[in-house]
Amino acid sequence: MYWDPKMECMPKEELKKMQYESIKKLVNNLYEFNQFYHDRMKAANIHPSDIKSLSDVSKLPFMYKQDLRDNYPTKMFTVPNEKVVRYHVSSGTTGKPTLVGYTRGDLDYWSEALARSMTSIGMNSSDTLQVSYGYGLFTGGLGAHYGGERIGATVLPSGTGGTERQIELMVDLGVTAIACTPSYLIHIGEVAKKMGVDIRRDTKLKRALVGAEPWTESMRQHIEEDMGIKAYDIYGTSEMAGPMFTECEERNGIHMQSDIVYVEIIDPETGEVLEPGQKGEMVVTMLKKEAFPLVRYRIKDITSIIDEDCPCGRTSPRIKRITGRSDDMLIIRGINVFPSQVEYTLMQIPQVGNQYMIIVEREGSLDKMTVQVEIKEESFSDKLDDMIKLQKYIEYEMKKYLNIAVNIELKNPGELPRFEGKAKRVIDKRVM
Amino acid sequence: MTDDVFIQLSIFVNNEPGSLASMAKTLKECDINLKAFNIAESSGFGVFRAIVDDPEEAYEKLKARNLIVRKTELIAVAVNDAPGGLFSAAKVLGDAGINIEYGYAHKNKTEPLIFLRVDDPVAAVEAFKKAGMKTVTAKEL
Repeated sequence: MYWDPKMECMPKEELKKMQYESIKKLVNNLYEFNQFYHDRMKAANIHPSDIKSLSDVSKLPFMYKQDLRDNYPTKMFTVPNEKVVRYHVSSGTTGKPTLVGYTRGDLDYWSEALARSMTSIGMNSSDTLQVSYGYGLFTGGLGAHYGGERIGATVLPSGTGGTERQIELMVDLGVTAIACTPSYLIHIGEVAKKMGVDIRRDTKLKRALVGAEPWTESMRQHIEEDMGIKAYDIYGTSEMAGPMFTECEERNGIHMQSDIVYVEIIDPETGEVLEPGQKGEMVVTMLKKEAFPLVRYRIKDITSIIDEDCPCGRTSPRIKRITGRSDDMLIIRGINVFPSQVEYTLMQIPQVGNQYMIIVEREGSLDKMTVQVEIKEESFSDKLDDMIKLQKYIEYEMKKYLNIAVNIELKNPGELPRFEGKAKRVIDKRVM
Repeated sequence: MTDDVFIQLSIFVNNEPGSLASMAKTLKECDINLKAFNIAESSGFGVFRAIVDDPEEAYEKLKARNLIVRKTELIAVAVNDAPGGLFSAAKVLGDAGINIEYGYAHKNKTEPLIFLRVDDPVAAVEAFKKAGMKTVTAKEL
């Protein structure tokens, strides 16, 4: 099923032509009317007339998160305030937050993107969608909410927290789909078990739209086996609008809808555009954005483009699962470490749970990385020897996947923090 | 199973200030009386092993408090309160080819007891009996 078959299945050549025309128009407008981007193009010695084909987009200068911060709150906006109908604010880990403004048109293409995405995973107006993303300044809640309403689903705006009540409502209202972060979904599974609720038997839940924080294929397997549902990866950042794009039922990459976004993958060091299949940093140009432009925006997510035709019939390029962000990458003793690698390793070890915390410290001049994990009750032994063996085994596996020595600390189940919003699993105590 | 094999509870604790106190507080709140205990520590975690009045009931109570608890079979052998007491017990098991995992001592009103975690508790009790040594039942503790 397609929501907008004409747009979703447009022949690739036509699609590229459409993208080129959109970008050409966008760049012309910005050069004429947007001081920031005019200056940036001038500095790069680029004129709109230099953009003669889609591949010429690579000549345009990049935009960075810092640009959004420097122009906080609304200096980057290209429409007057009376056209702006909503703000969202993304949590700034450092420095000022990022403000995102939306016109009516921006909200419209955002909902439209989600309507297509939800349809592509088999949802329709007979679904009941529980939105367990945070509502408010974070884009997840309202985004999924409007997308669900667009396809005519019944939306339950439960937000995060009050997990037991959420599970009761899931049972009582026959919820069929849920949108939330992967760690919250796992938390829901754990709480349901404690309440004696069997997700397979006692609920009608079939699908989950899972995203807003990095997760892994093995986490997906765990969720699906544990809850008897299908979990689909959803992607989108607040700068783009919010969560927008998902996998289709093929579950092999996220369809980046071509009338909405133009995707490039670059080498983060050189800025050079990479070929499909090559892994690098994603750069997005938003084609329908009205309130403020996003041209060649360095999103910092690491992925690659899948260019082959998708059996679902949609022609938009797909991106692979995000394997990390070039900015949440930890450099420990000179080695790049992604928290997703730690998670992946732990998923392979049945004696421990899925929750973890990474603590990085400096001892003398050496970095020390500690991973705290929860042991499972059945793997606890009264013999110290067995426990040390388990600890050493996890350390050995970590070393194998991460290429770095890691100290493992065993914790009681339930002892590590659970996150209902974005997970903060890394504590970096190093003074750089 | 013979009455001479009884249950020890092992509890997982973190190796950091306050965690033993917090576990001990739970024991108090659950009204669990300790007859003997032993603490084994490794980097980052420890194992608290205890002999308590009613291990089955205590096990359920501690589990309900979300502690990781394990039941293990243990034996207790009475030895002379004199040099060579430990030797007499250890030799019996060594001669019988029974491995001692760990042990700890306790002195009741009459005689010293050695609690032993061995790979074959039933065989260990038999070996002690053959050697004319007394093992203690849970009720006698």
